[in-house]
Amino acid sequence: MQALYAQLLVGLINGSFYALLSLGLAVIFGMLNIINFAHGALYMMGAFVAYFLLNLGGINYWWALLIAPIIVGIFGMILERTMLQWLTGLDHLYGLLLTFGIALIVQGVFQNYFGSSGMPYAIPDQLKGGMNLGFMFLPVYRGWVVIFSLVVCLATWFLIEKTRLGAYLRAATENPTLVRAFGINVPRMITLTYGLGVGLAALAGVLSAPINQVRPLMGADLIIVVFAVVVIGGMGSIMGSIITGFALGVIEGLTKYFYPEASNTVVFVLMVLVLLVKPTGLTGRAA
Amino acid sequence: MTALTDDTLPMTPRAMRDEMIVFAVMALLLATVPFTGIYPFFVMQALCFALLACAFNLLIGYGGLLSFGHAMFLGTAGYCSAHALKVWGLPPELGILVGVAAAFLLSIVTGYISIRRQGIYFSMITLALSQLLYFIYLQAPFTHGEDGIQGIPQGHLFGIFDLSKPTVLYYVVLVGFLAGFLLIYRIINSPFGEVLKSIRENEQRAISLGYRTDQYKFLAFILSGTLAGFAGSLKVFVAQNASLTDVHWSMSGEVVLMTLVGGLGTIFGPVVGAFVIIAMQQYLASFGQWVTVIQGAIFVICVLTFRRGVIGEIAHYLRRSL
Repeated sequence: MQALYAQLLVGLINGSFYALLSLGLAVIFGMLNIINFAHGALYMMGAFVAYFLLNLGGINYWWALLIAPIIVGIFGMILERTMLQWLTGLDHLYGLLLTFGIALIVQGVFQNYFGSSGMPYAIPDQLKGGMNLGFMFLPVYRGWVVIFSLVVCLATWFLIEKTRLGAYLRAATENPTLVRAFGINVPRMITLTYGLGVGLAALAGVLSAPINQVRPLMGADLIIVVFAVVVIGGMGSIMGSIITGFALGVIEGLTKYFYPEASNTVVFVLMVLVLLVKPTGLTGRAA
Repeated sequence: MTALTDDTLPMTPRAMRDEMIVFAVMALLLATVPFTGIYPFFVMQALCFALLACAFNLLIGYGGLLSFGHAMFLGTAGYCSAHALKVWGLPPELGILVGVAAAFLLSIVTGYISIRRQGIYFSMITLALSQLLYFIYLQAPFTHGEDGIQGIPQGHLFGIFDLSKPTVLYYVVLVGFLAGFLLIYRIINSPFGEVLKSIRENEQRAISLGYRTDQYKFLAFILSGTLAGFAGSLKVFVAQNASLTDVHWSMSGEVVLMTLVGGLGTIFGPVVGAFVIIAMQQYLASFGQWVTVIQGAIFVICVLTFRRGVIGEIAHYLRRSL
């Protein structure tokens, strides 16, 4: 049973990354109508910024948790201002191609300087060690990742669904021209939205740095799984992305315990099944 | 939905004649390659990728469907042909047939699944499916995992043509490429191709005119996947191996890049794009990972400023369809 609980925990952790990343993808898609292929690369950048902050600047994990998403978010906003904004009105596919190109550039540059091997990032002192929960041993850091991710996800949901700013955002998603007529600076909102989505990815990167090593390609394979998560969950609802992300992580964890050979592929297989049964995705409306 | 290419000109006898002239020039130039001293291996490799890009272009350029998983057809056909040639000891023609048949079956299954969603969802689904196959091939015993299938015997095609001779192999690959190219050209200019273009331009209207657009897209997907498989089978004879690289997502990305550089929805664009990208990889091989960065930069530049691609720009300038 110990092993089962351990795999469940790993599943929950992967689920938090899926949730944070698919949430960002959904928010960005809502405003920009772009599927951000660079999301995995920006997640990786988040981890690298945390690594640089610690090793070059001596800035610890807690500050990195705040600073890395901001730095990567600003980088994302520059991308949006200089490139993505020119795609308005073009076919959605161009957004995918452009962000794929950006992902190749970012990953290529990091690979060039850091190769393909991973670099360790130490768990902060306050989160070292573990707790005995009676039925299992819980490493504190892993528990922290799950809870913190959940809080961030719910905070994002609250921001978008329950606040005035979120209302503007949702309105601009539905009809940007009309919202502009009310005197709201929609282009600036789009830029900030992209920064927010990218910041969430970077945050996931910082969280994963002590668990998975800091590697240039850490986001490349992850983003494809997240795409499958997005296809399964649909991008129509924020809560849908969060729940699907965590649920798929748990299912993946269970697969690792019961049938490890399929743990790489289970999310894709589920995607196929969902497409066969309900092509619009679990929470999605007709496209 | 805005159209991918804004230069769709009506098919006139004159346009047809222009295209046939360009085709004849291209075939002639390619036929003289062995006499020019150009490294034939490079051209053969480029021809295989050109066929792959043409097959990919059939979907994106004429059906408006961006597949981000076309490497799965290349790799599947490659593995199956390689296995048939090496382990079963089949002659080349049957080896190719096995690979193409495998790609055909795979495209039926993956097409049936991915056609259910449109636009970017379609791209994400094809990418996810190809990643699924990647992991399957990584674990399946017959692919030999990271090592791949090595040292594949080339044999005698139809018992006559000795494929281990570079010149013979070159002409076999060239004939294969030209046959595939002409088939795609024929498909594009058939009534089926016209319906496909109408789906690309405005799917709702095509539906309202009574076309079952899903069936057209499904058929286009199968044709594209099978032809991509043919390219994969030919490539086995050139490279004499089949490896995981051919199924990896970065390969799917390269195919997209080739077609984008040459011109989405142009007839000759994918061929030009394939030669440009393969040549670039050849000459920049010593730069290591910078090749990836350059490829990414080309993606960005093409999307931002050069959406018609090389052939698309020329066609636009000449007001011809190429």
